[in-house]
Amino acid sequence: MSESAEMIAKRDKVQLGFWLYLMTDCMLFTSLFATYMILRNSTNGGPGGSELFSMGFVLVETLILLTSSYVCGLANLAIHNGRKKEFVVYLGATIALGIAFLTMELTEFGKLIGEGHTPQTSAFLSAFFTLVGTHGLHIAIGLIWASVLIWALYRQGRQEDILRKFSLFAVFWHFLDVVWIFIFTIVYAMGVK
Amino acid sequence: MDWQWLIGRMNLSYLPHEPITMGAAIGMPLTLVAIAAALTYFKKWGYLWREWITTVDAKRIGIMYGSVALIMLARGVFDALMIRSQTAVGGPGGSQLFNTDTYQQVFTSHGVIMIFFVAMGLMFALFNIAVPLMIGTRDVAFPFLNAVSFWLFFAGMILVNGSLIFGGFSIGGWLGYPPLTELQYSPGPGVDYWIWSLQVAGIGSLLSGINFFVTILKNRAPGMTFMRMPIFVWSVLVTTVLMMIAFPILTGSLALLSLDRLMGMHFFTSMGGGNPMMYVNLIWAWGHPEVYILVMPAFGIYSEIVATFSRKKLFGYKTMVIALIAIMFFSFIVWQHHFFTMGSGADVNAFFGIMTMIIAIPTGVKVFNWLFTMYRGRITFASPMIWFMCFAVTFTIGGVTGVLLAVPAIDFQVHNTLFLVAHFHNVIIGGVVFGYIAAITYWFPKMFGFHLHEGLGKAAAYFWQVGFLLSFMPLYALGLMGAVRRLDNYSDPSWIPFFIVSAVGVVVVGIGIACQLLQIAYSIWKRKELHATSDPWDGRTLEWSVPSPAPFYNYAIIPEVSRVDEWWYQKQEGVKAPKDSDYKDIVLPKNTSFGFVIGMTAFVGSGALIWHIWWLVVVSFIAIVVMIIMRTMDDFTEYTIPAAEVMRMDKEARA
Repeated sequence: MSESAEMIAKRDKVQLGFWLYLMTDCMLFTSLFATYMILRNSTNGGPGGSELFSMGFVLVETLILLTSSYVCGLANLAIHNGRKKEFVVYLGATIALGIAFLTMELTEFGKLIGEGHTPQTSAFLSAFFTLVGTHGLHIAIGLIWASVLIWALYRQGRQEDILRKFSLFAVFWHFLDVVWIFIFTIVYAMGVK
Repeated sequence: MDWQWLIGRMNLSYLPHEPITMGAAIGMPLTLVAIAAALTYFKKWGYLWREWITTVDAKRIGIMYGSVALIMLARGVFDALMIRSQTAVGGPGGSQLFNTDTYQQVFTSHGVIMIFFVAMGLMFALFNIAVPLMIGTRDVAFPFLNAVSFWLFFAGMILVNGSLIFGGFSIGGWLGYPPLTELQYSPGPGVDYWIWSLQVAGIGSLLSGINFFVTILKNRAPGMTFMRMPIFVWSVLVTTVLMMIAFPILTGSLALLSLDRLMGMHFFTSMGGGNPMMYVNLIWAWGHPEVYILVMPAFGIYSEIVATFSRKKLFGYKTMVIALIAIMFFSFIVWQHHFFTMGSGADVNAFFGIMTMIIAIPTGVKVFNWLFTMYRGRITFASPMIWFMCFAVTFTIGGVTGVLLAVPAIDFQVHNTLFLVAHFHNVIIGGVVFGYIAAITYWFPKMFGFHLHEGLGKAAAYFWQVGFLLSFMPLYALGLMGAVRRLDNYSDPSWIPFFIVSAVGVVVVGIGIACQLLQIAYSIWKRKELHATSDPWDGRTLEWSVPSPAPFYNYAIIPEVSRVDEWWYQKQEGVKAPKDSDYKDIVLPKNTSFGFVIGMTAFVGSGALIWHIWWLVVVSFIAIVVMIIMRTMDDFTEYTIPAAEVMRMDKEARA
């Protein structure tokens, strides 16, 4: 059976539903951003962003995440044209870059905590770890999702099924990029000055 | 060897000590055992599992929401009875029926249960029962997600009630303001029970919001444009928008409070740079839209009921839609009126005060629309209409006191007094509860094929109305006399008569509820005599075109719509019998146990978080992720009923 009208209608619904979910996620991040903005000067006598953040490190992190989004776009093109092998390579690269990003983030967290700047130190650090950590948690979920997609490709292999599932992941991944740009600007760029 | 890691911070000292909580802690398990024994005796476990627990049929899910909510209503009213019994005897030289800590748990659980598990539960019941039928579709957009939402709601409900047996509940009021709810002042599991029951049920609500928004956008019958939708559907659409915007803020603020408590962070603590007022802002940025989430579907219901029982089309359909959208918009820019006394200055208070008063305008438009619909109508005073009449009076009084409270200068005087308590009960009982009970009476025949007994229904409405006035009118006076909310003892003897009248009022409401329980039992017993036709109220909207009880596939043939109140006009033009060739194959979702299992795993995981059983938290989280992956991998979740079989069932149902 080729794609019937019902199948298309169903896919439409799933896509709309997923976009709406992303908008609710956006609201969640909005509350975390608002919280951070209010608490960013409540350092409880401890260090603030300008003492703690290193712009160079974060810039590399950002470029890695943006590249992963670009590679994810290439994967999208590949699966659209039915080039499954290429798709797996690009999606694998997306995952690898995502892992690199997450490793850098955890390294930064580890360094801060090691120096005694824990989330328990001040309201500012609580808000910082929670906002950036929530983004990191989303990235981790995205990594699991992408791995499952590769597994699903080998298990079922029907192009339209994978395409349908992958298109949602792609939107999710780009969304996390957008959120990160805001984190980069509001937390780091505005924090160091 | 140390076994404490296995059970977290659980120990026997968390068992209840007071007679009243011990009674509940013994009574609830005994009731469950009795139900289990009855199910075993009548061999109904298989039926329960196949037909209900694993169902993805919106109507069944709606009935389950409604049943849970009605049981919770009984518990919430019992809490109210405890509160008002205490205040009736708590005057100077009076006595203490139970200690203050228990009293605080009681008013907290009263608020939480009434809002989250009664009002929200009834609301989702009505969404599930009426929306798919009203828009002419077979199910919601995501039937499986719908089941997940219900079981998350159910998990939250078990957490609230489970706290009674082990650990106790929060003492922080229904919104749990910090710093009282921080670790420093509430180290026990009570606040955690509160956080996780709301968190789990709230995520369920959020998912339902998305689900019904997509359903209304994508599943409408051919020809049903936006301006041809029944007003109830409009009200649900607007409500789901509010849910999608507001509920993530609840999720966020509860998560932050939880991080404070679990990991010692400093979002809302009074030390470490934390800011408790930020919590109050966040929670009301959700909380104010939330009260409109509750009341807007009720507005939709009244619109359906008034038009049906006045035999007239609704007056001012367009203005009704505009009013709903205006309320949706304004409900997001009034939250600060809940704490004018925070001290944000005259300009800010004036802005929020004026915005709050503006909401009265679209609301007034609606009240007048209903009255004009009744004007020159041929009104039948069936019990849903009685509930509407009680609403129209009660809600208007509540609205007027709301406008009073919107004036910051007046609010400074009556902030957090019983005047406020009287106001919000005035709008929530008068608006939400009356509306949802009216809707249950109205759609009951469509779900079960028989009516609820009219006489008992009307008796219930009158007892509720009188009981309501007796309970809450004295509270307005007490509030103006300076009685603050949530107090169990007082030293002013002139308050005593008011509190006694109020307690009597709760008893009268209790009689109203007893009438309703009797009404349900009696109607089930006499269901043959109370048999309902497919269109018992001479309705106007599509749900009355299908047989009662509505078949599991809703519509054998998807209807076409060319105007508002399509079914009403079709009846006047003569309903055409379907041709054999009109029947098509029907695709429906298969039952699945994943919804139930995911909900129960969420319950176990939250229980583990409450009791700090970290290994179980990890296990539950992984289990949920694995189940979601398994479900998304399954591409065969639907089955087809052939056209011939549809025709046979439809003819049988219509015979």
